[in-house]
Amino acid sequence: MMVDQFVAQIRRLGHGVIDAVMRLGFAARFFMALILASGTGLRRFSLVVREIYFAGFMSLIIISVSGLFVGMVLGLQGYNTLQRFGSESALGVLVALSLLRELGPVVAALLFASRAGTAMTAEIGLMKSTEQLVAMDMMAVNPLARVIAPKFWAGVLSMPLLAAIFSAVGIFGGYLIGVRFIGVDAGTFWSQMQAQVSVRTDILYGVYKSFVFGVVVTAIALFEGFDAPATAEGVSRATTRTVVISSLAILVLDFVLTAFMLGGN
Amino acid sequence: MANDPSIKVECNILVFFHLIYPVTLLYMSSETLVEITNLDFSYPNRAILKGINLSIPKGQVVAIMGGSGCGKTTLLRLIGGMIRAQSGKVCVGGEDIQGMTRDQLYGMRRRMGMLFQFGALFTDLSVFENVAFPLREHTDLPESMIADLVLLKLHVVGLRGAAYMMPSELSGGMSRRVALARAIALDPMLMMYDEPFTGLDPISLGVIGKLIRDLNDALGTTSILVTHDIHESLNMVDYVYFISEGQVVAQGTPDEVRHSASAFVEQFVNGYPDGPVPFHYPAPSLQEDLRMGTRK
Amino acid sequence: MERSTYDLWVGLFVVAGLVALLALAFKAGNLGASSIGSSYVVKANFDDVGGLKVRAPVKASGVVVGRVTSIRFDPVRYQAQVTMKIGDAYRFPRDTTASILTSGLLGDQYVGLDAGGDSVMLKNGDTIHLTQSAIVIEKLIGQFLFNKASGGGKSPSSSTAKAGGL
Repeated sequence: MMVDQFVAQIRRLGHGVIDAVMRLGFAARFFMALILASGTGLRRFSLVVREIYFAGFMSLIIISVSGLFVGMVLGLQGYNTLQRFGSESALGVLVALSLLRELGPVVAALLFASRAGTAMTAEIGLMKSTEQLVAMDMMAVNPLARVIAPKFWAGVLSMPLLAAIFSAVGIFGGYLIGVRFIGVDAGTFWSQMQAQVSVRTDILYGVYKSFVFGVVVTAIALFEGFDAPATAEGVSRATTRTVVISSLAILVLDFVLTAFMLGGN
Repeated sequence: MANDPSIKVECNILVFFHLIYPVTLLYMSSETLVEITNLDFSYPNRAILKGINLSIPKGQVVAIMGGSGCGKTTLLRLIGGMIRAQSGKVCVGGEDIQGMTRDQLYGMRRRMGMLFQFGALFTDLSVFENVAFPLREHTDLPESMIADLVLLKLHVVGLRGAAYMMPSELSGGMSRRVALARAIALDPMLMMYDEPFTGLDPISLGVIGKLIRDLNDALGTTSILVTHDIHESLNMVDYVYFISEGQVVAQGTPDEVRHSASAFVEQFVNGYPDGPVPFHYPAPSLQEDLRMGTRK
Repeated sequence: MERSTYDLWVGLFVVAGLVALLALAFKAGNLGASSIGSSYVVKANFDDVGGLKVRAPVKASGVVVGRVTSIRFDPVRYQAQVTMKIGDAYRFPRDTTASILTSGLLGDQYVGLDAGGDSVMLKNGDTIHLTQSAIVIEKLIGQFLFNKASGGGKSPSSSTAKAGGL
């Protein structure tokens, strides 16, 4: 009896692994097909523009408000910590580097996953469950090229811009708290920042990171929607999975990318 | 409504327009448009179709009937090339659908129209844009021409007034009519209807039935109708195939079907709960099952 | 919504994103500061560069006149060779002293230039011979303790702290 149960457990594990590998394979094929189908979408750029409106522009408010508050918290916390060492003058550096290197790309990507990613998953999932994608395919229009690829490129293009806006607003928030509210000297705040922040290794690396996050989050969101079972429950689960998987992917990838960038420096 | 001659008149307008701007080429060498031979299709653990043979003559409205889950919709998907069969042949206009590349298939699909069970309208586009969709994707017509064509198609299905509504504002019957207008936008040579009568009130049902028949005759299309609504369809189709358990069990014209001696057709037409299609799903005998229950 | 409406908002969004990027590059980054226009290269050898880093500022009288472009160890002289780019607008005599200084007690290190009196100016590729190495805090503390032990009442560290501008 014990042996039977043990074997059943092992079998379940094996089943889970096989399922996961198959899904991964399916996801990889989906991604390849998506890239191959991108030609049409990019040639008709108005399709991408429309999706940038939904993915990028509509995320502006949440991104800038969050950026402002994250920057303000950084200002408060940073000042509090730095003044113990008498280095308040480094507040600008601390705020800028935290935002540009980490918080900007990462938090913006997390917000993007939950704001735009879930919307993409739900939309694709619903289009699938109401047979809209099949109908399009029957009309000899490839849904991958017409619906999914434009969303993908919109996400990829929006993400770095959103992260840059997040960081810029965040630095402004840190400035508001540090300089206007606490009274750190404005000259020191900016000049220390400018002396320490490098365009190549700090700002551009942040942009690279957010570009990678844009690719990953959008691809996950679209795949989950495309792969969702055609039921209300299936779509809602897929939406949840989008948030969970893309958040994990962002954080793990952030570590990997950071390790590479610092290592290569 | 059923005797309203206006639909016919409007369909004639459409034919006229069709002559001015032939979007598709209807070429036919033989009298048979769709020919299915020895078709087998199964999902990994379940056989759906077992050696189906059908032929659908050009210009006719043919119904494929059967109980729920007997593989009627699968058959439509096979004709549309959305899935591939394990063996057998599906020929449309003399060309084998199964062996086509994606581009060839898309070329073929431009000459097919399909009405999905619940319409499958694009929910983010207006009624107008939905009907314009195939025109915009497949033609380079100027905007004014597209607008004219769309309004004409909508007029045929009686929904020109609803052109600027969103699909969410439409009733079930209306959205199916819009979907019909969209399906005929490119004047297809073959129309496929997947359960067009499901969930409609008697009036909408009559309207859809009449539209299917009239459009078929006016546009010179061939129509395949997958349905289990026997009474509505017997009034309007030219030929009926009955499918049960993955095989064609009976076929004939509506008159032949009405007087058929086949036990299956009799059960289907009259809706008897038991017969060749048993009431009980296959199971061990009740006694056996119950005794097992008490023993445990 | 009309297509032109999408175009407008998306255009605004893209402009906002690019403005944010440019603002970061110029306001937070050193893209604005590092553009010192055309420049010439000067080298200097130090016994000890301390914590000096590439891209550290080169200052004269507290004003940034250039940047450190490379730091390498010279295996012949057993010294560190620091290469700097100095703006063409700033000319220094040949007997200028280069010292490695610290901004604040814990601040970053930079190269300070003190002009001499020679009439010949430094040219592209010249080497500054008068140099003063970085002050290493361990050495400083050791010196302080030594002074203390030898009974000196005056603390040298207080004057260093003042000189450091804390």
